[in-house]
Amino acid sequence: MISTVATEAEHAVEAGVTGGFWVDNAGIMLILPFVAFLLILAFGKRMKNHGAELAIGALAINSIWATVLFVMNMTSGVLGQTTFEIARIGSDLVFELGWVVDGLSIMMYFLVSVVGLIVFIYAVGYMHGDVRVDWFFAAFSLFAGSMLLLVGAPNLIQLIIGWEGVGLASYFLIGFYWEDMANVNAGNKAFMVNKVADVGLILGAIILGVAIGTFDFAEMDLAAAEHVESLSTVAVVGGALLFFGAMGKSAQFPLHIWLPDAMAGPTPVSALMHAATMVTAGVYLMGRVFPLFEYLAAEIRPWMVWIGAITLFAIGFLALVADDIKKVLAYSTVSQLGYMMTAVAAGGYTAGLFHLFTHAFFKALLFLGAGSVIHAVHSNNMSDMGGLRKHMPRTYWTFVVGTLALAGIIPLSGFWSKDEILVTLGFEGYTAVMVIAIAGAFVTAFYMTRAVALTFFGEYKGHGNPHESPAIMTVPLVALAIPSILFGLFNVPGWEIPGIGNFSEWLAVRVVPMGDHHPEAIDFVLAGSGLLAAVLGIVVGWAIWGRDRETQAERDRFDIPVLYPLLRNKYYIDDLADGITAGTMGPVARFINWVNDYVIDGIINGVALLTKGLGSFVYGVVDQRGVDGVIHGLGAGADGVGSALRRWQTGRIQQYAASVVAGALVLIVLFVFVI
Amino acid sequence: MLLNQFLILAAAMFSLGIYGLLVRRNIVLILLSVELMLAAVNINLIAFESVLRSPEAIGQVFAIFVITVAAAEVGIGLAIVLMIFRNRKSANVDELDLMRW
Amino acid sequence: MELFETWALTLIVFLPLAGVLLLGLVPKANESALKAISLLITLAAFALSVALIFRFDFSGLPYNTYQFEVNETWIGAINANFHLGVDGISLPLLVLSTFIMVLSVIYSWNHWEEPRNPKAFLILMLILATGLNGTFVALDLVLFFIFFEVVLLPMYFMIGIWGDRTLRKIPGFGREVQTRLYAAIKFFLFTLFGSAFMLLGFLALYFESGRSGERTFDIPLLTDLGASGAFTGTFAFLVFAGMFLGFAVKVPMWPLHTWLPDAHTAAPTVGSVLLAAIMLKLGSYGFIRISLPILPEEAASWAPAIAILAVIGIIYGSLACLAQTDMKRLIAFSSVGHMGFVMLGIATLTDVGINASIIGMVAHGLITGLLFFLAGSISHRYHTREMSRLGGNMKLMPVMGGILAFTAMASLGLPGLAGFWGEFMSLIGSYNPLEGLSLGVFRTAMVLGAIGTVLTAAYMLYLLQQVNLGEPGEEWQGRQFHDVDRFEATAWVPLIVLIVVIGFFPKVIFNSTTDSVVSLVETVFNAETTASLGGG
Repeated sequence: MISTVATEAEHAVEAGVTGGFWVDNAGIMLILPFVAFLLILAFGKRMKNHGAELAIGALAINSIWATVLFVMNMTSGVLGQTTFEIARIGSDLVFELGWVVDGLSIMMYFLVSVVGLIVFIYAVGYMHGDVRVDWFFAAFSLFAGSMLLLVGAPNLIQLIIGWEGVGLASYFLIGFYWEDMANVNAGNKAFMVNKVADVGLILGAIILGVAIGTFDFAEMDLAAAEHVESLSTVAVVGGALLFFGAMGKSAQFPLHIWLPDAMAGPTPVSALMHAATMVTAGVYLMGRVFPLFEYLAAEIRPWMVWIGAITLFAIGFLALVADDIKKVLAYSTVSQLGYMMTAVAAGGYTAGLFHLFTHAFFKALLFLGAGSVIHAVHSNNMSDMGGLRKHMPRTYWTFVVGTLALAGIIPLSGFWSKDEILVTLGFEGYTAVMVIAIAGAFVTAFYMTRAVALTFFGEYKGHGNPHESPAIMTVPLVALAIPSILFGLFNVPGWEIPGIGNFSEWLAVRVVPMGDHHPEAIDFVLAGSGLLAAVLGIVVGWAIWGRDRETQAERDRFDIPVLYPLLRNKYYIDDLADGITAGTMGPVARFINWVNDYVIDGIINGVALLTKGLGSFVYGVVDQRGVDGVIHGLGAGADGVGSALRRWQTGRIQQYAASVVAGALVLIVLFVFVI
Repeated sequence: MLLNQFLILAAAMFSLGIYGLLVRRNIVLILLSVELMLAAVNINLIAFESVLRSPEAIGQVFAIFVITVAAAEVGIGLAIVLMIFRNRKSANVDELDLMRW
Repeated sequence: MELFETWALTLIVFLPLAGVLLLGLVPKANESALKAISLLITLAAFALSVALIFRFDFSGLPYNTYQFEVNETWIGAINANFHLGVDGISLPLLVLSTFIMVLSVIYSWNHWEEPRNPKAFLILMLILATGLNGTFVALDLVLFFIFFEVVLLPMYFMIGIWGDRTLRKIPGFGREVQTRLYAAIKFFLFTLFGSAFMLLGFLALYFESGRSGERTFDIPLLTDLGASGAFTGTFAFLVFAGMFLGFAVKVPMWPLHTWLPDAHTAAPTVGSVLLAAIMLKLGSYGFIRISLPILPEEAASWAPAIAILAVIGIIYGSLACLAQTDMKRLIAFSSVGHMGFVMLGIATLTDVGINASIIGMVAHGLITGLLFFLAGSISHRYHTREMSRLGGNMKLMPVMGGILAFTAMASLGLPGLAGFWGEFMSLIGSYNPLEGLSLGVFRTAMVLGAIGTVLTAAYMLYLLQQVNLGEPGEEWQGRQFHDVDRFEATAWVPLIVLIVVIGFFPKVIFNSTTDSVVSLVETVFNAETTASLGGG
C-alpha cells in the first residue's frame, strides 16, 4: 500500500485505495466543531439548551462521517491527503493545512467524534442548571475541533496548532469555575507544564523539519524509511525533543503533575479531554512519527520505554491514597498513558494505540460514572460516599464494567489491549519492563477495587438522599459500556472478525506501512500472568476494603509508615516543582525588575542627572559667572567711567563756555602755529 | 580797501563778547554778550562780501540769517530768563545748576 | 491610471497633514466635525493604501525595485530628493499604519483623557500619521530621517499633556515627579539621542558615496553601492554602529529599552496603541530597509551581537513582566520580548528570519495594539491599573474579559493566531542562520527564545488571572460597569478578525513580503537560494 507523495501545493496522496467523497471532504469534520464554537459564542445564550444543540449536532455529523471512514478502512483500507498552502517562503519552506486520512487518523477521528458525542450528550444532563453552560459547550467544541485538527494534521505545523488549541481549551475548561482561584491555578499549572513541554515539541519540529526538508508527516516517514544516515543525529535530537513534548501532553513522569490537578474542571471535561482523547495526543504523536523512532532514532527508545514504565508503575500507586474519586481515576489515567507510551516506545505501534483506543472508552465510562455519583452526592470525596450500589444501580453496573475493563479482566477490552502490550514488551526484549507492567496490572486492579468498594459498597456515609441520575446521563454510560466490553475483540491474537480484518491491519494503513508485531496466537503464559495479577489485585483489594465500618476513614486505613506520607505527598514532585518555580521565577523576575528600575534605569537616570548637573554647572559657573561676568564687568566699567566723567558736567554755562573758548584757542594755536 | 579795520573791529567786539560771556554773572548780560559776538560775525560777513562780491551776495544773505536767528534767540532767551527770574527771584547764573547731571 | 501610480504615496503621506490644516479651521467646540474630518482623512489614507494592494505587482520583482515611485528634486544643493516608493517589505507595514490610525480615531470617538481638547489631540494624531506613513515609504535618507523625527513631537505632547498624572518617585530624583512628564522627556531624549548618531551615519554615507560618483542620500542607489562593496572597514563599522543606535533605541532592544515601559504606561490609550502598534516598527523596519542592504558585511559581523541582545530582550522582558503590578506596564514590557523575536529574526539574515520579523511586526502591531486598547478601556472603567485591585473582570464585563483572554492568548504566540508565526519562524531562522554566522550563538539563541515563549505564557496567564478571573474585589461589588461599547467594538473587531486570519493564513502577509525578502537575501548576502530548509 505504499504510495507516492505528490509535491504540488495542493495534492492528495495517491493511495492504493482512493476514498472518494468521504475522504476528499473529510476536512469538514475538522471545521464543523469550530463553526459550532463560533455559533455558540454568538447565539448560545439565547438558545434553549445554551448551544448544546449545535455542539452535539456538529459531533453527530462527525460521528457518522468518522464511522463511515472507519468501516471503509476496515473493509478495504483508506488513504488520502489533502492540503492547502497557507504560506511559502522562498522555494523550500512551505506551510500547509489540510487533513490526512489513513488508518491512524481514522481511528482518532472515530474516537474523538464518537466518545465526544457521547460525553457531550451526557454533559447536557450533568451541566443542567450550571453557570455558563453556553461557554462550556463552546469551549468543549473548541476542544473537539482542535483535537480533530491535531489528529488530522498532515504535518507538524498543523499538529502544533491543534496541540496548542486543545491545550487552550483544556486551560479554559479546567478553570471553568474561575471564581475559585484554586481552579484557576490548576488551569495555569496545566497550561504551564504543557508549555514547558511544548518547547520540546516546537524545537523538535524545527530541527526535524529543517533537517528533513519538510514538515509533512508522509514525507518524513518516507525519508525515515530510507534510512538516510546523515539524518540520524538530527533525528535523535529532534525525536527526543518531540518525545519531551509528548511527555507533557500525555502526562509522563515527571511532567504528569498537571493532570490530577486538572480534575478541577467539570467531570465531562475530565472524561473526554483528560482521560479519553486529549492526553493521548502525545501517544498519538509518537505513533504518527513512529517510523522516525523505528528507523532513525532507535537509540533513545530505551529511555522512552523506561519513562513510560516509571509512569505506569509509580504514579498508579498514588491512586491508592486519593480520596477524591476523580483523582483516583486521574492517577489511573496517568498510569495507563504510561502503558501506552511504553508500548509505542518499545516498538509496539499497534499495541500502544490499541490500548489508547480501548482505554478511551472505558476510562470515559469510569469518569462519567464518577460524574454521575458526584452529581448524586454533591461531593468528589469517597469519604462522603459508600453503599451507592443500591441507590444508583445503572451507574454501579456500568462502573463495574469499566473497572473490570481497566483492570484487564477477560474478555473485556482492557484485557486484550494490555495483553498486547505485554506481548510486545516481551517480544522487543524489555523483560524487566514487562514484569513492571504486570505488577502495574496488579496495582490497577487494586486501586480500582478500592474505589468501587468505597463508593458503591457498605452503607451510605454522605448527606441527603442520593438517587440515580436521569436517563440523559445513564444512557451514555451504557453506550460506553458496550464498546468497553466488545472492542477488545477487534484485535484478538490469531483470530479476526470475519471479513473485516483486525485492528493492527487497519492501523497499518499509512504511507509507510508500519511493521507490526501482532502475535499470531494468544501467549497463554503472559496473558495468564496478566490476568492473574489483575484478579489478585481485586481479591486483595476486596479483602482490605470490602468490609464496611463506621466511617469511610476507618475503612480506608493505610498507615504504612514511610510509604503513606510519600504517596500522600505525591512523591514530593509537585512540591519540588512548585518550590523550583516559586523559588526561582518570582525572585528572578523581581530581580530583573529591580535591575531594570535601578541599574539600567539608574544608569539612564544617572546620565540624566549628570547632564542636569553639568547643565547647572554650565549655567551657574560658566554662563552666569563666566560669560555673564564679562558682560557685567563691561557694564560696571562703563558705569565707573561715567561716574568719573560726570563730575565735569557742572551745569554752569560759563564753565562750558570757557571750555569751548579754550578749545577754540587750542585749535587756533594748532591751525596757526602747527599746521 | 578798508578790510583790516573792519576785521579788527569785529575781533575786538568778539573778544568783548567772549569776555562778557565768561565773567558776567547776570544772565541778561550774558545774553547781550552773545549778541555782541553775533554782531561781530555779521561785521565780518559784510566786510568780506564787500571785498569778494559774490554774485548771489552770500555775505549779506548770511548776515540777515544771523540777525534773524539772533532775534529769535534773544526772544526765547529772554523768555526763559523771565521764567527763571519769576521762579527764583534771581538772574544769577551761578545759582542755575538745574541741568547738572 | 497613471495619476494614481504617481500620486498615491504622496497622498497617503500628506493627506493627514492636509487634514491638520483643515482641523485648524474648525472651531474647537465643534467636536463632531473635528472627529468626522479626522475619520474621513484617515479612512481616505487607508483606502488609498488598500488600493495600493490591488494595484501592486506581486510577480516577484527583484529587491531594490520599488513601485508607485515618486522621485523629484527636493534640496538640490545636497542632492536630497523627494523619493517615495513601496516594495513587498514596506507594503504590509504601510497598510498596518494607515489601518491602525483609522481604528485609533474610531476608538477616540468617546474616549478622551484629561484635559480632553479633541482638536489638539486629533491634530497630533494626524501629524503622527504623516510621520509614520512617510517613514515606511521614504527612499531618501534625509526624507527618512525627517519623517522618523517628525513622529517624536506629537508623541511627546501626547504623553506630556494627556498622560498619566500620578506622582512617581524616580530613583535618583529628589522630588516625586508626574509620571507623564518624566516619561515624555525620557522618551524624547532617548530617541533623539539614538537618532543623532543615526544622522551622523547617514551623513557619513552621503560623503562616502561621493567617492564613486555623485554624493547621494538615495536609498536604492546606496543599496546598489553597498551590494557592490563600496562601504567596508572601520568606516562601515562606525556607520553601522551609528544607525544601530538610532534603530535599536526605537525597536527597542535591550538595554536601550527603558524609555518604553515608562512611555507606554504614561501615554494616553491611543498614544500607547500607536506607539506599540506602529512606532516600534520604525526601528526594525530601518534595520531591514537601510542597515542590512547598505552595509551587508557589517550586518553579518554584527548579527551575533544583535541576536544575543535580542534573546536577552526576550528573556529579560518576559521576566520583568512577571514582576509587574501595573497592567499597562506589564503589556509594555511584553513588547520588549516580542520585539526581541523580531530582531532575532532579522539577525539571522535569512529569508525565513526576515519574513518572520515582518510578520512578527504586523502581528505585534495588531495584538499589542489591541492589548493596549483593552488596558485603556479597563483602567478607564476601574480608574486603576493595579492588578492587585482588579480581578473577576469576567464577571463584571464578560465581553471585554473574553476579548482580553483572546488577545492574551494571541500575544503568548498561540499557534493558529497571528503571533505564532513570527516567533516560530524566527526560531526556524536561528536554527539555520545565514552561512558563515556562528551556529553556536544562533542555536543557543533558538533554545533560549523557545524558553522565552514559556515565560511569555507565564506572564500572560498571570495577567489573565489577576485581571479576569476570580471574584471581583470588595470595592467593585454591586457596581455596574458598561461592557464594550460600540466604538470599542468597531475598533476591535477588525483587529480580532485579522489576528485570526493571519494566524490561519499567514500568506496574506508572506504573499507580499517573501519575494522581496528572498531576493534581498540573495542579492545582498549572496546566499545560494534559501538556506533555511533543505539541509538534508
